[in-house]
Amino acid sequence: MAHIVVDPVTRIEGHLRVEAEVEGGQVTQAWSSSTMFRGIELILKGRDPRDAWAFAQRICGVCTTVHAIASVRAVERAIGAIPPPNARLLRNLIMSAQVVQDHVVHFYHLHALDWVDIVNALKADPAKTSSLAQSISDWPLSSTTYFTGVRDRIKAFVERGQLGPFANAYWGHPAYRLPPEANLMAVAHYLEALDWQRRFIRIHAILGGKNPHLQSFLVGGMATPVDPDSQDALNMETIAALDKLVSDGVKFVSQVYLPDVLAVASFYKDWASIGAGIGNYMCYGEYPLDDGEKPELMLLPGIIRARELSKVESVDQSHVSEWITHSWYEYSVGDEKGLSPFEGETSPHFTGPKPPFERLDVGQKYSWLKSPRYDGAPMEVGPLARMLVAYASGRPARVKELVDLTLTKLGVGPQALFSTLGRIAARSIEALVLVESMDRWVRGLADNMSRRDYAIQDNSKWDPSTWPSECYGAGFHEAPRGSLGHWVHIKNGAIVNYQCVVPSTWNAGPRDAKGQPGPYEAALVGTPVANPEQPLEILRTLHSFDPCMACGVHVVDVTKRDLARLRVS
Amino acid sequence: MFGQSLAQELEYRGISRRDFLGFCSSMAAVLGLPAAATEAIAAAVENEARPILVWLEFQDCAGNTESFLRATHPTVADLILDSISLNYHETIMAAAGHQAEGALKDTVRDNQGKYIALVEGSIPTGADGAYCTIGGRSALEIAREVCGGAAATIAVGTCAAFGGIPAAAPNPTGALSVADAVPGVKNLINMSACPANAENITALIVYYMTLKRWPPLDRYRRPLFAYGKSIHDNCERRAHFDAGQYVEAWGDEAHRHGHCLYKMGCKGPATSQNCPVVKWNEGTNWPIGCGHPCLGCAEPNFWDTMTPFYKRLPNVAGFDVGSWVDPVGLSLTGLAAAAAAAHGIGEISRARLGKRPSVEEKAGSE
Repeated sequence: MAHIVVDPVTRIEGHLRVEAEVEGGQVTQAWSSSTMFRGIELILKGRDPRDAWAFAQRICGVCTTVHAIASVRAVERAIGAIPPPNARLLRNLIMSAQVVQDHVVHFYHLHALDWVDIVNALKADPAKTSSLAQSISDWPLSSTTYFTGVRDRIKAFVERGQLGPFANAYWGHPAYRLPPEANLMAVAHYLEALDWQRRFIRIHAILGGKNPHLQSFLVGGMATPVDPDSQDALNMETIAALDKLVSDGVKFVSQVYLPDVLAVASFYKDWASIGAGIGNYMCYGEYPLDDGEKPELMLLPGIIRARELSKVESVDQSHVSEWITHSWYEYSVGDEKGLSPFEGETSPHFTGPKPPFERLDVGQKYSWLKSPRYDGAPMEVGPLARMLVAYASGRPARVKELVDLTLTKLGVGPQALFSTLGRIAARSIEALVLVESMDRWVRGLADNMSRRDYAIQDNSKWDPSTWPSECYGAGFHEAPRGSLGHWVHIKNGAIVNYQCVVPSTWNAGPRDAKGQPGPYEAALVGTPVANPEQPLEILRTLHSFDPCMACGVHVVDVTKRDLARLRVS
Repeated sequence: MFGQSLAQELEYRGISRRDFLGFCSSMAAVLGLPAAATEAIAAAVENEARPILVWLEFQDCAGNTESFLRATHPTVADLILDSISLNYHETIMAAAGHQAEGALKDTVRDNQGKYIALVEGSIPTGADGAYCTIGGRSALEIAREVCGGAAATIAVGTCAAFGGIPAAAPNPTGALSVADAVPGVKNLINMSACPANAENITALIVYYMTLKRWPPLDRYRRPLFAYGKSIHDNCERRAHFDAGQYVEAWGDEAHRHGHCLYKMGCKGPATSQNCPVVKWNEGTNWPIGCGHPCLGCAEPNFWDTMTPFYKRLPNVAGFDVGSWVDPVGLSLTGLAAAAAAAHGIGEISRARLGKRPSVEEKAGSE
């Protein structure tokens, strides 16, 4: 039996460490540990709730919009502000652009090198690569000349002997299975995606001033002015620019990203039965299609348990509890109990080995992440959970259509979705569904302008003197990596308590008091490991979740009585 | 420190001489150099070689990494990314675990005093360093070793430069800037802002490769080419400030027509950065261009000194002058206000708003 430590887990956001036992060529047990803590919720205490989005946004610079969105929603619920229709459309565009760009970057720049052997691409025949590319897509960059150029660039890079970020990797590992031509095509698209993401994210600059860390959010709406008769507002010129960026996005996702996922997956079908893990999936729902208290959502909320697609349960936030039995925190009621987020406590208390250390004592506390549970059960959140809920619900129809198409093309059944490969496929399907939806929100803005509706903000609640002296609110969002919630308690215009329950906490958290592993830990069990010195296969399953550790580490500090007063959206 | 000449890179990458000169020309503009500098930059970039960089992430959000990935002039930015040898960067590198640690260790050992360290995120000192460990080692230990052996250290983003959000009150983890955590490192340069603008990071590297020295810095160790003027002085809405035309409510007529955001809490008068000139994301836009006030994110302790963000800065010279001044006197008054703003406002507001960091006293320098 070998005990493997992977630290740092690279090609992720943040600081993740995994320890695993390997026996008989596969993982038998795994432990997920987050090794960084900042305490942003503590820093938020006492501050102006209208500033909270900017602080919370800095939880993560990769999913740079998600905590800002959850934050303004939470404060709006607390003070009773109602964003106007233009703000909803602007936010939908910002959120969907974030998901689409993030998914593409994840596949090509954070995940692809687990499946694609760059060095092997040098052996590719550019003419055969061209045939391969043209057989799976109409994407125009597919000529023999084009792939010859890419191959020669990579060849020159490798021959120079300075591999930079590609040094010391796992090239030639037996688990790499793509033919040289597929490797070359994927490397070409790695480089193209690097350019594409930079262009596509201009949507955020248009609507948010800059990316990362957009700066147009307001409690009660958005700061982006809308006026077709001004050069200092969203006008027809910017609508046209958005149109162009969105249609280019549809092309890239449908002609490059999705075909590449299918092409790569077809060589790794065994990974459709590896990495399932927990088998429970949760989604809060997202993308309001109208305004008001209970808007219709494009992606539905729901829970699927034990991989049972015939039944979708509704979600009730009051069933959430958090455990710290194996986390570096203390509870006044003892560390063996779970607490509802509304009753949660904050006491960071590091009991691990003093750095530098070789091993964590995984029988004790071993992570800065807590362990969220729903009805005491671990839940996987993220694109797979969202697509499963949509697939099982039959809405939106486009999801069902794309999932069925993917399964048919790969010649596998729906059970294949519960896997490492299933997460990758779900992410690409979601990217296409969302980028195709953006057009209607751009048109929605234009329609409002045609009606001379330029409102972007509920100014009636801007002044804190209009707020209740004490109020509570919760805001939810489906971030690229899954279900996100922020809770805020406001008193006399200042934040008393602030709390986030975050996607990567759900997925990457450690064991709970009952010893139930979290989704990462469970998914790693059974993962093959050809060479314990080279943890390539472990990275495959971990990366399929798209880890985002800075998001995952948070502090709960809400008092007991908050529960009764909470207004949940 | 130097490997292969970049002239060959151009050839390998099929980048035309014309594209390349275009890039050098825009770099000259970012750096505020005369047009004649284009050829000098081209010669320098072509003939010199590839500095080795290692990029460390500590108490970070990866926002500066993401910003770096948005560097403009796509094809030539690829050239620059590949033309430096980026030997360690956790978010990008293919290797993980021991192989990743090995890449860093080898680079530091084989290139003592020659490589450039970039640091993203603050460095926690609480809990014996347990608030941030990588490979079981504390951020502080890694920073001492890597920055200590570097030819220069670039603190990218406000967290590394000044402590940033983890160091905001009550600073639960004892987070420090690079300057305070690792005093005495050679050639420390602070590229603050949240995140740092990719154009400025790239410009700094080109500056070094072209002029073979590091740029002059302000009192917070920030390069003058990017932080030498206040947002207010370069703001496209400055005329509205001088004319007394202010946004009073979100979405009002003044807001829709690009009037001054000062009354909505804009921190542009107290913030030094080139956002209005360089802008963001291929020059697409910037926060004020999007109707939102500047948050002051390039300034030390801005999370404490610039908040509440929507509260008006005190004592900004020239405020409300335009509402009573006669049209003939307007331009002169405006000039006077501009001069006052350029020379004193940042100081006044900082002194009023709160403490300043000990960056200058503690930072090492050559």
